Amino acid sequence: MRFERSHTRRAAFVAVASSLALLATACGGDDGSGGGDGGSSNGGALEGRGPITFATGKDTSGNLTNQVAAWNAQHPDEKVEIKELPESADGQRQQMIQNAQAKSDAFSVLNLDVVWTAEFAANRWVTQLPEDQFPDLGKLLPSTVDTAKYRDKLYAVPVTSDGGLLYYRKDLLDKAGVQPPKTWEEMVAACAKVKALPEAKSINCYAGQFEKYEGLTVNFSEAINGAGGVVVGDDGKPNVDTPEALAGLTALTEGFKTGFMPKAAITYKEEEGRRAFQEGNLLFHRNWPYVYALAGKTDGSSKIAGKFAVAPLPGLKGAGVSTLGGHNYAISEFTKNKATAADFIKFMSSEERQKANIEKTSQAPTWASLYEDPALNKQFPYLAPLKASIETAKSRPKVVKYGDVTTAIQEAAYGALTGATPPKDALSQLQTKLSSLITQ
Amino acid sequence: MSATAQLAERPSKQPQKSRRRTSFNEGTGRLAAILLSPTLIVLALVVVYPIISALRESLYTSGQQIDDEGFVVEGSQFVGLDNYTAIFSGETGERFWNAFYNTTFFTVTMVVLETILGVAMALVMHKAFKGRAIVRASILVPWAIPTVVSALLWKWIFQADGAANALLGTQILWSTEGWQSVLSVIIADTWKTAPFIGLLTLAGLQTIPDEVYEAAKVDGANAWQQFLRITLPLVKPALLVAVLFRILDTLRIFDLPFVLVGANKDSVETLSMLAYDEASNTRYGPAAAYATILFLYVALVAYVFVKLLGADILGDAVKRKPNGKRRGKSKDAAPPGANTVAMAGSTHGGGSVS
Repeated sequence: MRFERSHTRRAAFVAVASSLALLATACGGDDGSGGGDGGSSNGGALEGRGPITFATGKDTSGNLTNQVAAWNAQHPDEKVEIKELPESADGQRQQMIQNAQAKSDAFSVLNLDVVWTAEFAANRWVTQLPEDQFPDLGKLLPSTVDTAKYRDKLYAVPVTSDGGLLYYRKDLLDKAGVQPPKTWEEMVAACAKVKALPEAKSINCYAGQFEKYEGLTVNFSEAINGAGGVVVGDDGKPNVDTPEALAGLTALTEGFKTGFMPKAAITYKEEEGRRAFQEGNLLFHRNWPYVYALAGKTDGSSKIAGKFAVAPLPGLKGAGVSTLGGHNYAISEFTKNKATAADFIKFMSSEERQKANIEKTSQAPTWASLYEDPALNKQFPYLAPLKASIETAKSRPKVVKYGDVTTAIQEAAYGALTGATPPKDALSQLQTKLSSLITQ
Repeated sequence: MSATAQLAERPSKQPQKSRRRTSFNEGTGRLAAILLSPTLIVLALVVVYPIISALRESLYTSGQQIDDEGFVVEGSQFVGLDNYTAIFSGETGERFWNAFYNTTFFTVTMVVLETILGVAMALVMHKAFKGRAIVRASILVPWAIPTVVSALLWKWIFQADGAANALLGTQILWSTEGWQSVLSVIIADTWKTAPFIGLLTLAGLQTIPDEVYEAAKVDGANAWQQFLRITLPLVKPALLVAVLFRILDTLRIFDLPFVLVGANKDSVETLSMLAYDEASNTRYGPAAAYATILFLYVALVAYVFVKLLGADILGDAVKRKPNGKRRGKSKDAAPPGANTVAMAGSTHGGGSVS
């Protein structure tokens, strides 16, 4: 019996060995592709017409199909198919990267978060766009166009934007007889006055997004920029160990220490903060425009409907600086019908389409003219402060290794806000970290 | 491999050493090889290839250099063991050892807690009383919920204005760095997986014949003595399998701390989270190196566990081996059916070790 077993094993071994040999050749296959041609990304011709795909995050607004249907009706030979990716930004980025690394032509037009542009451009995953073929760029808000560039070359077209707003309880401010604050100091003073009112004794003053995630990078950058500092300067070098940056960060840490910001705010992402504001527990709240519609709902989900208003973000001593959000559309380097893809991007970024989109979804457009539109202003009363917010907004560092950079920023900011690291040390450590990440 | 052994046992031809040389041309061996090769090829594709490819990947690095024009230099470079040495040095070293400590700490505390609770649950479920079916079903509900969903559930309980704080009348910020986030992960994991141990232990309990207890009662043994001398030894084979699977599972814990507490939190960062973090920043080489180290750690722990406690993971196959003699002692007590429990356990264990 033993011998039987061993010779069967031998046969089995032969079978395994041959399948392994098969695998080895399969392994070897992907080795040689390293050298890469990648030479076509010099802003050259965008050629090829035909059906394309549009890779985008889950369409929570439900309006994207309408937009694409409008294109498909006009272009029966160049139909666009929507490829819906996961709802989370990380999931979208991962799928796009995997697709690019496989040099697959499954995705033609990519819906990129503004902070991904540099990474995708530097890896030659998206095609450089000739600026002269996109004549509308000059009519878009310049800060949004800036997010679509890497090393002064255009790689995408901004289609939606986003800026931070200061939501405040208009009813309480009016009662206390104070104007909406323009600076951090005014905000602190205003809160003290409101808290003197009997009905507002237990209200918390202010909260943003301070959980350790991308929102913290946004809020930290706003604190630094609003105090006159920079995280990464115009020369592309980090410069965060400065007195201005220290003043900005200290305002946040002091806010936690003095109780100006509730302790729970360290766990707030967008939704937790919004809930606290809607429950009537916050006097001032920093958040994105999407909150406006939800906080104004009169179905009982919001306790403050009709009692709040918005203002541009306050800075430390002067006007605040928002961090820019939004999405850019880019063309995958590996797709075939680039001419169609370019036309589709032009179509989606057109004034007409953006207007149709904001009417349905309230997503901030990139066209400057739409913010002046009287009908839209009636529908969305926050457009004026939002435009002010976006116009002066700063983009987050445009670096290839954005993932590492934002992790480093979160690490430093979280350490300072939880009191684990003094702000000065947090900033100097961050400067060292960023220098090593960005010079590469 | 047990399939190979079984097949081999069936046709008993003349056992001659000289036949081995020609055995490949001989009918049975060839047929066995042909019949088995699809299975082996599939196994090689889904098990061997990913492991080898991960090992290979961990020796390369790519996309970490930028040229003068700002483009990432293409192509991957062979760097030998650099990815491994980098893990243990400097800042990444600190992060690695922290994650290593967290992983180990989670494994030890959670598995101990879950074993105690699970055995208790099994004893309750085993007792004959009215409404036993409902109790059994409700104990198993947590195990049936996907980990990510239960992580979200507990995140909701542990948020600043959540149920936990309302019940305790305090304002503990569970998801911030510190003991509280560690505790929240331990609570959520124990809640979810103690029923698994309970289930397997229950299966073991049901194989113990009542006569044994009756005999013990006649001899005057009290409940505690019965538990220590009868229940525990007889349920041991099933329990050890359950514990082993929990250890392997907990060593690669990822989703629970990732969703419940969040990424990049030193207090709860585990080795799997480190590998994920590297991979999501497109550093696949170092990510593969982290995964390989975790793989080796898991394999080592499993080996030590099996060696020390003699968990009968391969069923009778191990016992038949000549060196299995020493451990045979602990298995004498194994009731019939303990091995079926082991096999049931393996289907319950979820994904592969890596």
